[in-house]
Amino acid sequence: MVLTAGATLAVILFMTLTLIAVILGNSLGYFWVKGLVRFKLNDGSYVMGQSTAAESHSLTKVKRLQLKVGNRDLYSQDFRWVDESEISSKDLPKDAYLLERMEHGNFFGFLKELKNGDAAPVAGDYAALQKAHDLLLQKQKGLKQIKAEMSDLNQSSETLRLKIQKLEYRGAEANNAAISSLNEERAKLTTTFDALNDKLNQQQAELGKVRAVFTDAAGTEKELPLLEIVRFYQPNSMSIFAKAGAYLVKIRELLFDDPRESNTEGGLFPAIFGTVMMVLLMSVFSLPFGVIAAIYLREYAKEGKLVQLVRIAVNNLAGVPSIVYGVFGLGFFVYGIGGSLDKLFYPERLPTPVFGTGGILWSSLTLALLTVPVVIVATEESLASIPKGIREGSLALGATKFQTLTKVLLPMATPGIMTGLVLSMARAVGEVAPLMMVGVVKLAPTLPFDTQFPFFHMDRKFMHLGFHIFDVGFQSPNVEAAKPMVYVTTLLLLLIVIAASSLAIRFRNQMRRRYTTSHF
Amino acid sequence: MSPEPVDLSKHPPLIEVEKLHLYYGASHALKDISLAMRKNQVTAFIGPSGCGKSTLLRCLNRMNDLIDSVRIEGSIRLDKDEITGRSTDVISLRRRVGMVFQQSNPFPKSIYENIVYGLRIAGINDKSTLDETVERSLKGAAIWNEVKDRLHDSALGLSGGQAQRICIARAIATNPEVILMDEPCSALDPLSTLKIEELIDELKEQYTIVIVTHNMQQAARVSDATAFFYLGELIEMGDTKKIFTNPEKQQTEDYITGRFG
Repeated sequence: MVLTAGATLAVILFMTLTLIAVILGNSLGYFWVKGLVRFKLNDGSYVMGQSTAAESHSLTKVKRLQLKVGNRDLYSQDFRWVDESEISSKDLPKDAYLLERMEHGNFFGFLKELKNGDAAPVAGDYAALQKAHDLLLQKQKGLKQIKAEMSDLNQSSETLRLKIQKLEYRGAEANNAAISSLNEERAKLTTTFDALNDKLNQQQAELGKVRAVFTDAAGTEKELPLLEIVRFYQPNSMSIFAKAGAYLVKIRELLFDDPRESNTEGGLFPAIFGTVMMVLLMSVFSLPFGVIAAIYLREYAKEGKLVQLVRIAVNNLAGVPSIVYGVFGLGFFVYGIGGSLDKLFYPERLPTPVFGTGGILWSSLTLALLTVPVVIVATEESLASIPKGIREGSLALGATKFQTLTKVLLPMATPGIMTGLVLSMARAVGEVAPLMMVGVVKLAPTLPFDTQFPFFHMDRKFMHLGFHIFDVGFQSPNVEAAKPMVYVTTLLLLLIVIAASSLAIRFRNQMRRRYTTSHF
Repeated sequence: MSPEPVDLSKHPPLIEVEKLHLYYGASHALKDISLAMRKNQVTAFIGPSGCGKSTLLRCLNRMNDLIDSVRIEGSIRLDKDEITGRSTDVISLRRRVGMVFQQSNPFPKSIYENIVYGLRIAGINDKSTLDETVERSLKGAAIWNEVKDRLHDSALGLSGGQAQRICIARAIATNPEVILMDEPCSALDPLSTLKIEELIDELKEQYTIVIVTHNMQQAARVSDATAFFYLGELIEMGDTKKIFTNPEKQQTEDYITGRFG
């Protein structure tokens, strides 16, 4: 018996460790700048790339290597298999470049020359490229302000447009004066916007003239505006410290930047933000409702058939498949409540929905519904475990039931309630299926929280790490190249769950120390 | 030896129970109980388990209200005020009648907050009043010297005997007229028991005390009057010395001498 139990435990431990090892192994290496290998093939041609895998053919036993060759715009594929027998020689060219680009994935090749507008091209080296790139980035920072201004103008113009629409809806005749003045105002905004836009385009075009010509391993030339280049390395001449520095820079990008290339490159910030905000919002809904419901069930309701029934229903609610909640959320929250809200408050915008479509509010509410049973059960149990003597002691001192509840019972139940919250948050973070129906999107142009009044935009759609995994892994145009990103996102999701749980567990342990009886 | 006559002017009856019946659902737990507890005296309820002594004690501050199936007939008067009726203000009754339980039950708060709990829920938050009350109550419960330097530490770190005295201090903090004690020493060691018994002796100068106990020596030591219950009935009540030396009923004598129980 002991052996069986031990073996079972060992198997479970092993599986958990394997899970963690697979995720860590596949994700941590992703940001390490790998060297570029150049092979000369028997037919005299060259291939260059990062070696990613090696295998023996199952029948012929010929060894072959998988190379990530990049340059998707030239080769239309990121990966290539090379038979070992085809290779005549290999080297690690010191001057090979790895470019991270805004589009088309990485470029592997050699720098030929730098161009600036119509001036004659100059032969480039690493230092010159870096200088030009830094200068460009600095100039681009200046553009950021113009972009921010334009975004504000756009918002204001949109607000005006909606105002006009509202007035028109109420009666174009009666509000004619107001409408025309608003229209004028809006026209002014549009003019300013257009002027800024022209300026931006002009400057961007100017910046776009700074270009570099690269050649790939085979000698094909490729001219790129430097603006297209996010970062560049010469991986074969980088020291280990330089690589470590690049690693950290990329981690920073992952945590704080927006995604690029249909989510397979760049950062995860919007998804991290969306996940955390959605879970917090969900806790805001599920915690008070769950606690209050549990208090009623445990402290106020008379034990009887009805309460039993409610309890069974609550327990079963926790077992309903989550997609069912998604369907319910879509039907009840989005179309039902959201649709009615739109009819009541935004009739002028119909048929474009405001709340009548998926959004972070409806997602949080749907998940709150999904997790509220966990909070109810945990709260009820922790209330039930408080010794009778404590209640009687409080009541015997002349406390009302409510005072007893708020001053003694709830503080004592807090550790248990926190446990429930941790469990519910862990569950909510991992749910993807219902979210796909009520508000998660592949790419959200704006965060649900920003500096525009009213700051929290509950009607906005949002990005979510769980959905991101699914999207990058199965819906992206370049699944093979996106694989490491899937693992990185998974790791991040795990880390968020662990961080949230350990915070709540720490808090709970503090409360527990304060509220547990230790005398004997 | 003949019992000393009770000085009725100094110890007038404070709680009078008259023809009290109590039912738990269908079972008849207290049958036709009539007795009086005198002011500034210690009255002990003794009897075998399940005889109804704790139930009667809990009628005195209406703790039985917490149980849905309880029904009470008859009357209990505290200083002439009827307390069994529906219209009785249970909250203010419980402020007049404090209670100490079998298991010490300090709240998971600091010692200080435990003592002032009764005041805070009554809406008293004046710092100097609270401080005075804490000192008076802890001194009254003979634990001031042990805890005065750690008033803001958790009350959960105290030993069983200390915790029980904190509970007594908490009960007297609201200045009740009566203190009910439900087997206050049954979970304590002999030394702590001794301390609590000495304390009861001091407390009766100011409070009227009703104590339920299984320990007959304890009843003999601390109480002035003793009531013996058996199967929900009051068999005999009288001066403690008389009950223990010369009971009128055979059942009482059998119980006291340990022939059954």
